[in-house]
Amino acid sequence: MNLKPFNRARKSKINRRLVQQAGFNAIRLVTLVTILPILGIVVYIAIKGAPAISWEFISAMPRDGMRAGGILPAIIGTLYLMVGTGVVSIPLGIAAGIYLSEYARDNWWTRLIRIAIISLAGVPSVVYGLFGLGLFVLFFNFGISIISAALTLSIMTLPVIISTTEEAMRSVPYKFRIVGISLGGTQWQTIRKVILPQALPGIVTGIILGLERAVGETAPILFTGATFFLPHLPSSPMDATMALPYHIYVISTQIPGMPITIQYGTVLVLLVFVLAMNLIASVIRSRARAKRQW
Amino acid sequence: MANTKISIRNLRLQYADGKTPLKDISLEIYEHQINVIFGPAGGGKSSLIRVLNRLIDLSDVHTLQGEILMDGMNILEKDLDIIALRRRVGVVFSRPIPLPLTIAENISFGLEVAGMNDKNKIAERVEKALREAVLWDEIYDRLDDPAYSLSGGQQQRLCLARALALEPEVILLDEPTSALDPVSTAKIEQFLEKARSQYTFLLAPHNQQQAARVADNAAFFLQGKLIEQGPAEKIFFNPKIKETIDYIEGRFG
Repeated sequence: MNLKPFNRARKSKINRRLVQQAGFNAIRLVTLVTILPILGIVVYIAIKGAPAISWEFISAMPRDGMRAGGILPAIIGTLYLMVGTGVVSIPLGIAAGIYLSEYARDNWWTRLIRIAIISLAGVPSVVYGLFGLGLFVLFFNFGISIISAALTLSIMTLPVIISTTEEAMRSVPYKFRIVGISLGGTQWQTIRKVILPQALPGIVTGIILGLERAVGETAPILFTGATFFLPHLPSSPMDATMALPYHIYVISTQIPGMPITIQYGTVLVLLVFVLAMNLIASVIRSRARAKRQW
Repeated sequence: MANTKISIRNLRLQYADGKTPLKDISLEIYEHQINVIFGPAGGGKSSLIRVLNRLIDLSDVHTLQGEILMDGMNILEKDLDIIALRRRVGVVFSRPIPLPLTIAENISFGLEVAGMNDKNKIAERVEKALREAVLWDEIYDRLDDPAYSLSGGQQQRLCLARALALEPEVILLDEPTSALDPVSTAKIEQFLEKARSQYTFLLAPHNQQQAARVADNAAFFLQGKLIEQGPAEKIFFNPKIKETIDYIEGRFG
């Protein structure tokens, strides 16, 4: 009996398995290479910044030209900016995303809108800052204020919220729309009662990621709302405010004799802020995915 | 002879991509009977069903000509209240498509969008519809479970129930048992037998056996044309036209 072809087949099968193993290992290695620097940064900052963290650090006003005391005004300022940005960009972004996915026909007008959104997402953040300075601070005369900064950040956040909303709506199968309409629902009733609830986790994820990016940015608020130092908390939306990212820039470059632990501590607070938002987004996404049945 | 519920006259449908699934169809659909349209795939059955409750409006249509008179009113009229029409003409699709809601919400959706707010009244209608669709006894204790927790056959009866909840006059069934096992199929057919006298059915059956089992009237569709129509026993056992004879005897299709 001639076993040659059989043996050859077996040998090539073993080879294929080896190649597959090697491939998997290569992919694992690449993943590790990507994760390690991020992990390194986080761990390094955590170690260096942890000694600065105390209740006073996050709840007190700065003292001694910001060389001591806490960073409360920067934390509060960042929260204000986040809320302001959300108030403007969430309703607008969701409305635009729903329009694009459900109502817009495929014509030159919607294509133009889409191109605008994509381009908007690619604009460098300092350009937003200058644009906000021109439009909100000077033209609308809102001055250097939380409003101007929040509006500027909103423009930056909008493309993220619009595209994730559109994506999330589109990922809900078309057949549910047909069913809703066949049962005597209008398009909007079907969207509101059936499609939107299914898309909501995706939309919320997009909102969090958009806002998270906004609160971490320095350049857009540099000329529009951030201030070097404020002896009190901002009392109206027309006030300028301190904010974590800008504060980090200030204390690491502008103040001689700044204790290094305070610098790392401030960075750590911002990092925790951003990572926490990221984590919330991931949890929402994975929960929704586990619950989804279609 | 029964009354005509829907009278289709010279109906022609062409999609924007050039396909013409309905070519000059004239067909009578009789009240309180099971009207069956059958024939090989691509014959125009699904398209006809989509025209009858104007779901066709969701597609890119090039031309839609002719008349469809339902109780004397042309449902192809431009200024027709399409939503009112869809409440009068319910549809069950070939695959169960529950909405991603609870069992009860699947049924109450149609009632709520029609403006019904009274919770007790809605609950009443939900129960009535589920009983009618032979599903109540299996699921009455888990109305708030997700609809997708039901088996395929139960899902399809849920889809039937939510159409029934709107108390339609006409029910369109587009191969409603094609994704179902024999037991579930039998339950749907039981419903058809029982409900025959209350509704007007237009059924594109899953196969010819089903057609012969339930039909009062039958119409044979082939490549967008209506070849032959008449009482079911005549069409299935004594057809006159060659294409119908060939199809029924299994020479093609």
